[in-house]
Amino acid sequence: MNIADLTLEETSTKLKNKEISSIEVTEEYLGRMETYRGLNAYITETPELAMEQAKKADTNIANGKAGKLEGIPLAIKDLFCTKNVKTTAASKILGNFIPPYESTVSQKLLDAGAVMLGKTNLDEFAMGSANTTSGFGNVISPWKKNDGSNQDLTPGGSSGGSAAAVAAKLCLGATGTDTGGSIRQPASFCGIVGIKPTYGRCSRWGVVAFASSLDQAGIFAENVKDTAILLEASSGFDPKDSTSADIPVPDFAAAMNGDIRGMKIGIPKEYRVDNMPEEIEKLWQQGIDWLKSAGAEIVDVSLPHTKYALPTYYIIAPAEASSNLARYDGVRYGLRTEQDALLDMYETSRAAGFGDEVKRRIMVGTYVLSAGYYDAYYIKAQQVRRLIRQDFIDAFKKCDVLLTPATPSAAFAIGENEDDPIKMYLNDVFTVSLNLAGLPGMSVPAGLDANGLPLGLQIIGKAWDEETLFKVGGVIEQAAGFTSKAYK
Amino acid sequence: MALIIKGETGEWEVVIGMEVHAQIIANTKLFSNAKAEFGAAPNEQVSFVDAAMPGMLPVLNYKCVEQAVRTGLGLNAQINELSVFERKNYFYPDLPQGYQISQFEHPIVGKGVIEIDLPDGTVKEIGITRLHMEQDAGKSIHDQHPTKSYVDLNRSGCALMEIVSEPDIRGPEEAVAYLSKLRMIMRYLETCDGNMDEGSMRADVNISVRKVGGPLGTRAEIKNVNSLKAVTQAIHYEAERQIDILEEGGEVVQETRLWDPEKQETRSMRSKEEAHDYRYFPDPDLLPVQLQSKWVTEIKETLPELPDQKKHRFMNEYGLSLYDSSVLIAERKRAEYFETVAETGGDAKLSANWVINELLGALNKDGQDLEAAKVSAKQLGGLIALIKDDTISGKIAKDVFAEMYASGKNAADIVEEKGLKQVTDTGAIEVIIDKVIAANPDNLAKYKGGKEQLFGFFVGQVMKETGGKANPGIVNQILKKKLNS
Repeated sequence: MNIADLTLEETSTKLKNKEISSIEVTEEYLGRMETYRGLNAYITETPELAMEQAKKADTNIANGKAGKLEGIPLAIKDLFCTKNVKTTAASKILGNFIPPYESTVSQKLLDAGAVMLGKTNLDEFAMGSANTTSGFGNVISPWKKNDGSNQDLTPGGSSGGSAAAVAAKLCLGATGTDTGGSIRQPASFCGIVGIKPTYGRCSRWGVVAFASSLDQAGIFAENVKDTAILLEASSGFDPKDSTSADIPVPDFAAAMNGDIRGMKIGIPKEYRVDNMPEEIEKLWQQGIDWLKSAGAEIVDVSLPHTKYALPTYYIIAPAEASSNLARYDGVRYGLRTEQDALLDMYETSRAAGFGDEVKRRIMVGTYVLSAGYYDAYYIKAQQVRRLIRQDFIDAFKKCDVLLTPATPSAAFAIGENEDDPIKMYLNDVFTVSLNLAGLPGMSVPAGLDANGLPLGLQIIGKAWDEETLFKVGGVIEQAAGFTSKAYK
Repeated sequence: MALIIKGETGEWEVVIGMEVHAQIIANTKLFSNAKAEFGAAPNEQVSFVDAAMPGMLPVLNYKCVEQAVRTGLGLNAQINELSVFERKNYFYPDLPQGYQISQFEHPIVGKGVIEIDLPDGTVKEIGITRLHMEQDAGKSIHDQHPTKSYVDLNRSGCALMEIVSEPDIRGPEEAVAYLSKLRMIMRYLETCDGNMDEGSMRADVNISVRKVGGPLGTRAEIKNVNSLKAVTQAIHYEAERQIDILEEGGEVVQETRLWDPEKQETRSMRSKEEAHDYRYFPDPDLLPVQLQSKWVTEIKETLPELPDQKKHRFMNEYGLSLYDSSVLIAERKRAEYFETVAETGGDAKLSANWVINELLGALNKDGQDLEAAKVSAKQLGGLIALIKDDTISGKIAKDVFAEMYASGKNAADIVEEKGLKQVTDTGAIEVIIDKVIAANPDNLAKYKGGKEQLFGFFVGQVMKETGGKANPGIVNQILKKKLNS
């Protein structure tokens, strides 16, 4: 038996049956992290802490006090603050920042017995779609094209490190955050499952903010059930986050009974975008057919304001970001370049600390909030956001869940799309609407493209109805029989 | 009592609107659970939220919302069931988030009105434009090091109410009366302690001048006006400055100016063009504040009687003068003290005189406030009762009071101990009068000869004989009868 071949659920069972120990599991994963360090999936590895937690997990298992995730090695996106462990948001401005507190989500996972292996790489402040804006180097996808080119591919972004780490089996699951697609796009590119739950399902407390009204924590894992187990452990009301919802957390895994007979699957016509690769179109149809043969009913629906989602997102997200990132001023923590005058200190610290994409978004955000432009941009964007939300409400009167592609293409090469920010932004075309509407979405691997690269299908649910996503996701997973693995 | 300034070209009128920042009385800050007390060592009352650490989120303290609603009700103002917190963005080292969480388009309290009492005995209404909640900033300290500045974040995140008035104020006296009344109302409501020395109440003054009855002029906003004295001085200075400019044919610039109490002048801080673009937008970390009308009604039911209501009641119920009523209602505790005295003593007007002239007079002389008084309201009422039922005279009462004030003893005990009880036994008084008349045959003759002013001499002698304890009315009555017989 190879420990890294086990799923999270299998590992958990073997740990509880004492067939393997958490120390053995943790050592195996720490070894793999060393072997595949070239992928640059982690910014900070925490082997000592991991071994300490593994030891404790073994004691708990021995004493019959095992938590739901006892001894399970996980990776945490470096946007979640972790107590006494460096948290950078992949930005030089927080390069040496060590928080004296633990984010609610990572605390919940630790409380359930999880072992933290380290902090995964991301786009700086989660701003990017290829994990190339990181202040600590880009992440390389464990996937290669089947043409023998050995070209380095992007794992997607912003949660590229978490997705690559799960796909390369450098952990059994990982946290991510999704502001416009930052979980679902990398999950699709890396052939794994990724879920962004309903806004308010997971606490944002202790997560470095990018765009507060859109940011939502979520989960990456190899398969749908492991994702369900991890999401359940991460979710729940947190009085420290005013936007967190006081709604009970169901047993997500239990919802996966495979029975979708009579369920109505909506197909939004606006997601058939121009120049969509034929393979994506085919995969989408394949997904429709799978669900139909499982007994679901297919319904055509319309989300008429879909085309405005990207521009709306690229006004609201930068506006909030420009304000959220004002606290990185060199005064209290983080990078400071010493200067005699206050204004010089602000300017040089922020110039040195932030990368180009972050600066671009701060400038866009400052602009759209400025006197004279606020009504034309920010207010208008908020109005369109309401229309987009209404589109979904109307569509869900006719169906239970929506099925769409997760991304407009498979993973691209590192360096591609870097010449034009707009091209990069187009990666989020299928994902941003959900963030604007606050709805849950999941990417499930469904097939490979002609180059042998994974493609995902996106399932979109009603607010607070992640259970249906897991149910449908399980059916697609089983029908697709997606067994391709990036790891050796 | 509008201030009219005679210029070279005619009479000028000053138009003033005020923005008052009042720190809300609450145990913890507006969005964090750090303590909000005055006087802690620097940076001792700072949570991760107040220091704007990454990933920290604000959580609204509903005690502060309740206080803002109470204040709004006390200002007779509209309570808005929906209000929104927005971010006011600017960079400064004592503003850790890089934005202040404030309310902008949708404040919690809308239009209201209060009465101000002017020194000439008149009353004027001043309109309230709005009241909104916001976070305070920290404090920058520039005088501790030759090249460095320090930041104290204890105040960062404390809850403030910004109360904006209509431009209804017409001079320094009205401005001072407005601030005093606002302070009084908030102290009655226990929503702000109104302490200007500690910075828990601060005022920005918007001033413009115009020819009497003419169109409104351009205003300047004066900051750093931190005492009632400074308000008076700053208004005089700024009005004169603007009039000088206008009379010389110039134009007043819309700008923010700083009051310099050392130099006794205002000087330009920033012009309209240099004004910050605060880029207000709704704070996505906070939900809109939605008030249940039932909750607002419940708060309304717990409001104490407010200063103006009390003042009117004292005048109507007790027949007190406007002046006496105004003095007595200035502090809620003072008014309560007076009412207890009046109830115990059985004479409201007499009680008002004693509280104002004797008690407050003595405390004032000693630089003490009512809390420090050794005489309780019931005790002072006891003294009034003794005057009222003729047990002692008003004159003796002053001596008794002096002893009560010093020792905290009961009036009746002092009267008993010292045998100060008034003599009302006509037989006993008659004996003394006879004695006095017998001892002064010369004066008796002169009196009978028409020198009637000698009556006072005989009264004095009788009082002297009785140690001041004889009832003056009875003495007068018997003496008159005897002398004229």
